[in-house]
Amino acid sequence: MKKLILHIILIFIAVITLIPFIWMISASFMFDGHASVFPPRFIPDQFTLIQYERLLERLSIARNFLNSLILSILVTFISLTFNSMAGYAFAKYKFKGKDKLFNLLISSMVIPAQVTMLPLFLMLKWMGFINTYMAIIIPGLANIFGIFLIRQYCISIPDSLIEAARIDGASDFLIYKKIILPLLTPVLATLAIFTFLGTWNDFLWPLIVMTDDSMYTLPVALANLMLEHTKDPELMMAGSVVTILPVIIVFLALQKYYMKGIMMGSVKE
Amino acid sequence: MKSNSKIALLFLAPAISAILIFFFIPVIAAFVISFTDFDIYTLGDFSTLRFIGFDNYIKLLSDELFWTALKNTFYFVVVAGPLSIAVSLSAALLLNSKLTKFKSLFRLAYFLPVVTTLVAVAIVWRFIYHPNFGILNFFLGLIGINPIDWLGDPFWAMPSIIILAVWKNFGYNMIIFIAGLQNIPEELYEAADIEGANAFQKFRFITLPMLAPTTILVSIITMIGYFQLFAEPYVMTQGGPLNKTLSIVQYMYQEGFRWWNMGYSASIAFVLFIIIFIGTIIQFRIQKFNK
Repeated sequence: MKKLILHIILIFIAVITLIPFIWMISASFMFDGHASVFPPRFIPDQFTLIQYERLLERLSIARNFLNSLILSILVTFISLTFNSMAGYAFAKYKFKGKDKLFNLLISSMVIPAQVTMLPLFLMLKWMGFINTYMAIIIPGLANIFGIFLIRQYCISIPDSLIEAARIDGASDFLIYKKIILPLLTPVLATLAIFTFLGTWNDFLWPLIVMTDDSMYTLPVALANLMLEHTKDPELMMAGSVVTILPVIIVFLALQKYYMKGIMMGSVKE
Repeated sequence: MKSNSKIALLFLAPAISAILIFFFIPVIAAFVISFTDFDIYTLGDFSTLRFIGFDNYIKLLSDELFWTALKNTFYFVVVAGPLSIAVSLSAALLLNSKLTKFKSLFRLAYFLPVVTTLVAVAIVWRFIYHPNFGILNFFLGLIGINPIDWLGDPFWAMPSIIILAVWKNFGYNMIIFIAGLQNIPEELYEAADIEGANAFQKFRFITLPMLAPTTILVSIITMIGYFQLFAEPYVMTQGGPLNKTLSIVQYMYQEGFRWWNMGYSASIAFVLFIIIFIGTIIQFRIQKFNK
């Protein structure tokens, strides 16, 4: 009996978390006006792809999709390289002021990104990067949380492994590339999915720095579309599906690493 | 451990210089700008820039719209924060029960909203909240509740955003709570069973105290995130109706990037920073006090 009630509650919560997605997908396959009825439909009365065709034909959504994809991949790749090098140095090298520098980085994590946005915008404007990919790549080159995550993981790699390679005559960079990086694979996967999803889902910064339709990322394009098509739930749901589907696929594929990342990020010193 | 500063420096250089130039310098610059009258004219001609001391901050004190934004944001943080944490903890407790089957499937379903794009789900919810055709009013109608104009009614607009935020975010803290629950030694519960403690007593005197550090951590993460409220009102209400959902970040965005009052906008950003900073310190203090 207890078990039955427990599972009824569990299913009830699952329905609440999933029903917006179910309605979204279903409405995206409806003709204009067919989602604006009472009582609401959860299955299209007539199935159609017309909303997706409209997105592709009349709007630059394919271009926006490409912007989001390219930027998310680039930012992930670059920041993983920079963060892993720095995290490795913090974990395995001794140098003057190391602890001070690390503590400064960690404590500055409390500063919200919004504080930096105005000067960063002026800086990028002065460099001529507004409305270019660089405007999104530059602030994403490295991040403190990523360095922290990699350092934590790197500490557990035995020094003897590095020493052995050094005795064999391997250079510092070769050790990083051939020994450290392969061992870091799990934490790199964790950080990759965090960075990819973070860049894909980001809204405020792309909204500020991208000024042309063709340069918008998907969330910005979608928010803009919303202002013009307030009365077109079917079209907007198709746009939402296109935006959400890739992140769900990436998440499902790398779910294990994502969950681990949340735990690692929450481990306190 | 090798002490070779030169090589360490090479490894650090790309990340640290990027963070220095594109994070630390902007933070300092924002601080300086907040004491100037940087506006649209300054963008054209830099020589018009003047230092005006604390004028921006003084102006904020008498800016009614700023107080509205501040009040709305606090309303959001104070209600949505504890509510999210309570839902996260309840879901974690349910999933952690020994009786629960298909744990990973439920966990996945609860977690899905967390990874999805906020702008997209805010748009979905905008239609879910539709007064005539929205599915929320439909379900409420089934249990006899009259239709509510969720986003159009000044009273309901912020609660609507709070519901969306809880739905979107509870899965994240739930994962952290599950980890916390699994770290509680089983012997504690066994000992309580021998003493004849009931389920509520076990929750009150074992689970809650043992989870205290996790709860503090989760509160800080949640608070910092919620003070930065922006996309939900931007997409769903544009700050309306009657500015009832205007948030601090949205006000900062409007002043800085719509009206180009950058000096003023920078002072808003710093007030946000100070609020988050104080909030973090208070929560750390509570943690120390509990130890």
